Amino acid sequence: MMKTVSLTIDDKQIETQAGNTLLWAALDNGIYIPNLCSLRHAAAPAASCRLCWVEVEGKAQPVTACTEIAAEGMVANTRGTQALRLARNGFELLMASHPIECARCAALHVCELLKIAGHLNVKLNKNPYRKLVHHLPIDSSNPLFNYDPNKCVVCGRCVSICRERGTGVLGFAHRGFDRRATTFYDELIGDSACEQCGECVRACPSGALTFKVSVNV
Amino acid sequence: MTEEKIKQHTRQVLKSFSKKKGNLIPILQRVQGRLGYLPREAMLEVAEFLGLPPIHVYGVVTFYNQFRLNPPGKHSVRVCLGTACHMKGGYITLDAWKRRLSIGAGETTTDREFDLDTVACVGCCVMAPVTVLDEKPMGKVDPTKVDGLLLAFEREREGKKKQ
Ligand code: SF4
Ligand code: FES
Ligand code: FES
Repeated sequence: MMKTVSLTIDDKQIETQAGNTLLWAALDNGIYIPNLCSLRHAAAPAASCRLCWVEVEGKAQPVTACTEIAAEGMVANTRGTQALRLARNGFELLMASHPIECARCAALHVCELLKIAGHLNVKLNKNPYRKLVHHLPIDSSNPLFNYDPNKCVVCGRCVSICRERGTGVLGFAHRGFDRRATTFYDELIGDSACEQCGECVRACPSGALTFKVSVNV
Repeated sequence: MTEEKIKQHTRQVLKSFSKKKGNLIPILQRVQGRLGYLPREAMLEVAEFLGLPPIHVYGVVTFYNQFRLNPPGKHSVRVCLGTACHMKGGYITLDAWKRRLSIGAGETTTDREFDLDTVACVGCCVMAPVTVLDEKPMGKVDPTKVDGLLLAFEREREGKKKQ
């Protein structure tokens, strides 16, 4: 038997496997914490999206739930004002370089960014930060799906699932603001070794990867 | 250089390395040292040798400024976009170079005369906006001066032809 620990998140008593992070403990027990960059089987958390802030009793500052290991007797709060302020700020910064065109976005009904906006109560059309978006061409070379790199939030979900279950053609390239999921030499996905399993599309939270025809996801 | 030649050179470099993934960067440096840049075929060879997905190698190559995807030109043009040069309109200078050479940053002209790229502060901010021409920092490079510098190169070339 796996050892379990019990802890409290948002006044709810929960149990989770020892060694689990606070993020997965919460998500597995039906408590939502905004997150984009945490991958369940990753060797180490990327901790790069800065959205998963929670407050833990006994700690002076909020912590990122994806790096905090759930400990016996821990008391965490996902709705503290400090944690939410940090999460909102991180999310607004992220959205400052994400095109807002929900009405004609193929991911409208599965978009995790909209879910996060709702959860954090952030108005997408009232972002305090200056808008700075990319103007890269959309890759529609693959018969199954399209890739709009302008909408990539660099979470790494597609890269990880493509290596695990696909052909491993996806990865990150370029630096700073230009960093994005792409293929070797930025070739068209249709020209790569992609075998169209579609896992990356199902994993993408941001509408960067979308199926050409709507299929049941 | 032909694809075959590129592969040969790359394999030659690979001979002196073990298949440790940590060798990726030293290998890339050595290959670039030999070829002047990292062509597609070279990256594919390296990826296969280390058992890495090619995109992983491409990710590293496009991350570090020291690696080039294009062959170097005879003359190198580096436009400073550091804070001071940015404030003094370095991006306008960059646009002028791009327009005059008809290439983007990180590219080489088809005649292999010039390659263009940006740098972030070369340490002589008082001369902003700075362009480093063949390792020599030039000060107050506005679009007019870009034209002047290119003209000087042209004269030099014509002079050589006459000799
Ligand atoms: S394409 Fe989608 S899944 Fe892949 S890194 Fe970008 S946002 Fe994440
Ligand atoms: S999920 Fe924790 S920082 Fe992204
Ligand atoms: S910013 Fe250009 S030289 Fe310092």
